Formats: sequence, C-alpha cells, structure tokens
Amino acid sequence: MTDVAAPAAVRVQDDRKDQTLHFLQNYGVYIAIVVLVAVNAFWTSDFLSLDNLRVQLFQVVPVLLVALGMALVIGTEGIDLSVGAVIALASAFIPLYLGYGAGLTIVICLIAGAVSGVVSGAMVAFGQVQPIVATLALMIGLRGVAVILNGASAKPVNDPFLDGLGLDSILGIPKMAWIALIIVLIVAFVVRRTTFGRQLVAIGDNRAASQLAGLPVRRVLVSVYVISGVLAALAGVLIVGHGAEADPSNYGLNYELSAITAVVVGGTPLTGGKVKVLGTVAGALLMQIISATLVQHNIANSYAQMVEAVIICAAVYAARGRGNR
Amino acid sequence: MSHVTVSKPAPEPVVTDADAQRASRAERITGLIQNQGGIGVLILVALAAAIFSSGFASSGNVKSILVGNAYTSLLALGMTFVIISGGIDLSVGSVFALGGVLAAWGSLHGGTLMAIVLPLVVCAVWGLVQGLLIARAGLAPFIVTLAGLLGARGLLQAISSEGTKTYLVPAHSAFLKLGDGTWLPILTAVVLFAVAVVVLQRTRFGQRLFAIGGNENAALLMGLPVLRTKVLVYVLSATMAGGAGMLNASRLQSGVTNIGVGYELTAIAAVVIGGTLLTGGAGSIYGTAAGVLLLAIIQNLIGVHLSQYGTSASDAVNGGFLAVVVLLQTYLSRIQRTQ
Repeated sequence: MTDVAAPAAVRVQDDRKDQTLHFLQNYGVYIAIVVLVAVNAFWTSDFLSLDNLRVQLFQVVPVLLVALGMALVIGTEGIDLSVGAVIALASAFIPLYLGYGAGLTIVICLIAGAVSGVVSGAMVAFGQVQPIVATLALMIGLRGVAVILNGASAKPVNDPFLDGLGLDSILGIPKMAWIALIIVLIVAFVVRRTTFGRQLVAIGDNRAASQLAGLPVRRVLVSVYVISGVLAALAGVLIVGHGAEADPSNYGLNYELSAITAVVVGGTPLTGGKVKVLGTVAGALLMQIISATLVQHNIANSYAQMVEAVIICAAVYAARGRGNR
Repeated sequence: MSHVTVSKPAPEPVVTDADAQRASRAERITGLIQNQGGIGVLILVALAAAIFSSGFASSGNVKSILVGNAYTSLLALGMTFVIISGGIDLSVGSVFALGGVLAAWGSLHGGTLMAIVLPLVVCAVWGLVQGLLIARAGLAPFIVTLAGLLGARGLLQAISSEGTKTYLVPAHSAFLKLGDGTWLPILTAVVLFAVAVVVLQRTRFGQRLFAIGGNENAALLMGLPVLRTKVLVYVLSATMAGGAGMLNASRLQSGVTNIGVGYELTAIAAVVIGGTLLTGGAGSIYGTAAGVLLLAIIQNLIGVHLSQYGTSASDAVNGGFLAVVVLLQTYLSRIQRTQ
C-alpha cells in the first residue's frame, strides 16, 4: 500500500511543481513587471509621474524595436549580432543625405539596414554559415564603415522632422512609442496569423524537415535577417532624432546584448521554434524598469551590470526546462 | 546547423583507379586549404607587404607588431580550445581588463606575488562559474559568457570606482619586470603557444576536446569525462585572458579600466581565420597563430597607409575578411563532405 502511495504522492507533487514552473515561465515576466512597478510606486518618488514614464519610453523604444527583429531571428534558431553596427551605420547616413530631405534620408537608412540583412541572411541561408559568425563579421565591419563615413566625432543633426520624431509626443505619448506600438502589432500579426510566421517557426524548430516539406527555407531566412536589419536601422533613425546628433562611434554599442536579453527574458528560447512577441515587449520593459529602479536609487552602473548578468542567466535557466517538455 | 543532402538514386558507380586518385587528390587539396590556408595567406600577405610597403619589413616594425599583439594573442589561444570543444567565450575581453585592474590593485596593496596570483585566481574562478553554468546547468555557452562579459566589466568597475580610478603599479615593483622590454612578451607568447600545441595534440585532455566538439553525445557514451573537460576549458580560457590582462598591466604599469572592449571579437575572428571550425571538433593552434598575425599585419598596414581613418578602417577590412574566410570554409567543408 505505502509502496504504491508514495510514488503517486510524489507524482502529484511533481505535477504541481511542474505547473508552478510552467506558470512562472509563461507569466513570470508580467508578474515581475507588476511587482516592480508596485514597489517603485511606493519607494521611488515621482516614478509614476508622466515625465518619468515618458523618459523611460524614450529609452526603451529603440531597444524594443531591435529586440522584435531579434526575436524573429532567434525564432529561426539564428542570432543577429550586427544590429548595433546597423544602428551606427544608419546614424552615419543621416548627416550625409539630409540635404535631400528627411523622408528620403530615412528611406535610405532603412534600405541600408535591409542590405545588411540581405548580406547576413544570404550568408546564413545560401552559404550555410553559422548565424553567429555571419553577423559577427558584419558587426565588426559595419561599425568601421560607419565611422569612416561619418568621421570619429559626432555631427549635429538639426532637422525639424527627424528631431520631432525622436523628441515630440502625441497625446502625451512619445511619437517613438506610437511607432513602436504599430510595429509590435504588425510583428505580432505576422507571427501569429501569416504563413510567413508559421514557416519561420517551423524552420527554427527543424530546418531539415522544413526543407524536405518544401518550405521556402532560404527565402524566409533571408527575409528574417532583412526585417531585423530594417528595424535596427529604424532604431538608429529614432536615436539620432532623439539625440539630435549622429555619433556612429558610440550609437548602438551593446544593443545586441540588450536585445537578446529582452528576447530571452521574454521567454523566447534560444533554440528556436518559438517566438513570443508580447513576451519580448515585456522583456524589454522589464529590463528598462530594472535599470530605471537601480539608477533612481543611485545604484552604481557597475552593480547594475552585474544584476543584469545574473538576470540573463536566471532567465535562460528558467527557460531551459521548456525545451524538454 | 543541419545540412540536407537529398540522396539521389545514383547510377551504378564505375570507379576507376584514375577517378579514385583524382578524388583523393581533390580531397587532400581542399583539406590542405582548409587547414593550412590561413598560414598560406599569411605568408602571401606578409611577402606582399614587405615588397610594396616600405618600412614594413624593418626590424622595428616587425618587433612592434609582435610585441603589440603578444598578450592579446593569448585570448585567441584560449578561445581556440573553447571553440574546438564546441563552445564560445564572449567574456574574454572583459576578463582581460579585469585581470589587468586586479593585478595593478594587487601590486599596490600586496606586492608582486599578490599582483600575479590575485588576477589568475579570480579569473580562474570566473571561468569555473561560467563552465559550471554551461556544462552542469546546460545553459548555452553563448549566453552564459555574454552575461560574463557584462558581469566581469561590472566587477571591474565596482573595484575601480566606476572605472574612474586607475591603479598605478608602484614604480619600483618587481612586477614591472614581467612585461618589460621587447623579447620577454614575445617569448611568453611563443612558449605558451608551443605548450598549447603539445596539450592539444599530445595529451588526453586535448584529444577529449576534439571528441567532445565533434560529437558530445558520442563522447559521453564512450565514457569520457565530458563535464569535467568542458568546465576545464572555460577555466583555461578565463585564466589565459586574466593572465594576459595581468601581463599587459605590468607593461602599461597600470590597470587601465576601459581596455579590452571588443577583444573577444578579434580573438574569435583570428581563430576562425586560422581554420578552426566554429561547429567544434576541428582546429589547430598553428592556424590561430597565423590568424592573429594576419589580423595584426592588416592592422599595421592600415595604420601606416590609411591612418586618417584609424582603427575603423581595419575594422571594416577585418569584417569583410572574416566574411570571406567563413564563406570559403563552409564551402570547402561542404565539398569535403560530399566527396
């Protein structure tokens, strides 16, 4: 009797543990956000003031845009290390072409991002190079190109349209945030409701099987890197608008890290086959809230970095069980 | 990365002796290019530079190239081991800087022995933690060492009041002798590379790395101590990076806090250019040495001829170079596999 009962009890306990883990994996980010906001509402003066919220949005939007592209790439079991360099490249193009008008300049920047995506995507899809090396080459190379184009020192960008894009608000919410909202909706729709989204996830799950099933593997892979490049370039445009200067030596540094962190914390596994768009948004917001909390309580940058390192490891550790289930 | 090879119903193969000979010759040639290509390109580039760039082959310039890269080459050396085992270590740039700051701090507060031991121990422990997270907890090397890159930089800044305080090695400290002069740094690097060749090719540890990098499951089933070997490789890489930082601090006579950013990229590029496959299981120390020297020569040439662009021009060239090399490599290994 007891021989049978004991394993059964253990099994029930295991099930419950499983469920708790599962719940935390799926909703942990959202819970963490709610808890942190609540804590900050009491402990940090002016945390919920409109001004502070607006400042936080200005900071998080570029990371969020890059992270959305990164989430798609990671969904195909890839990685895009070149995003920070693409931001630098876009920022270098702006002072060069601003004479032709802001609209055309933005289009040129986005095309530059797309071209960079075509290059890394083609290396991954056709050359069968590992994504990490293919995009590493661009990460090293493109920043070099950007600095050559612009020169080592920052150049001022005084264009009412561009600066307005980076600084102004509509209905009290930054224009940048509206842009980000639209793009989040588009990406979420693409991932959930389109053939392309399904194909992307299938390829990340099993590239060989997808190829045998006749999916356009190469086209989808290249498209994913193009999307990532375009979103990074857009982030670059917004960063230039917000700072009212172009500084390719410093813009976009470590953005690949922040973006990957947001994606991973949001619950998208690095092993591909799954894309969590809302999770990525939440991941980016959570990392922003954490850094804002640390900054506003005068915690030094050094400790903030160590905290971030621990969070990255913890998030991946928590996500680890998901693959086995 | 998985490759799909759809096997076509092949016509009855008629293999003549001549065919077989030709195939094996082609195979040998692709293998040779892949393994020794880095060295070949190095020789060509060095010759071209010596002929077309005046002053390149002067003993002063050669010495400055060798000395300037003696310590950073150790990052690529450690990285070679990690990559052969099928992993990657993105933290080496930060650990290099951490080692330097710890060495300078140690020489100020405890003397020469402290300056040497402290960075080695701390960085070894750093590598141990990373290795355990990777081998024991099964986290992706890429992400653990990415966190390590952030964390080590954070630790370094915490020690140096947010990177604003540069510890100076006391002027008469014996620690300064360690990185002094021209020949000592070069000799240090050469000896460590030679030791690495022996370790990789003549010891059980080295052979296990190839086995694990080639097929981890198979290595596990053969009863190899996979976990221990993998942990050790990250300890090795971090210790090497910290040690290099320590020697560099002795040379610079201080613990520079903003050094080492992006060094992991150069190290990986050197290893890959040297013919070590990022998929693990294959690679060589000679190749890495060639890769390091090749990047160093390119940087030197650009420094002379395109000095108005500074390091950004060499970054652009290095990036393009890396892209060409990996494309060539994957192409060659695909040819080899189909043969």
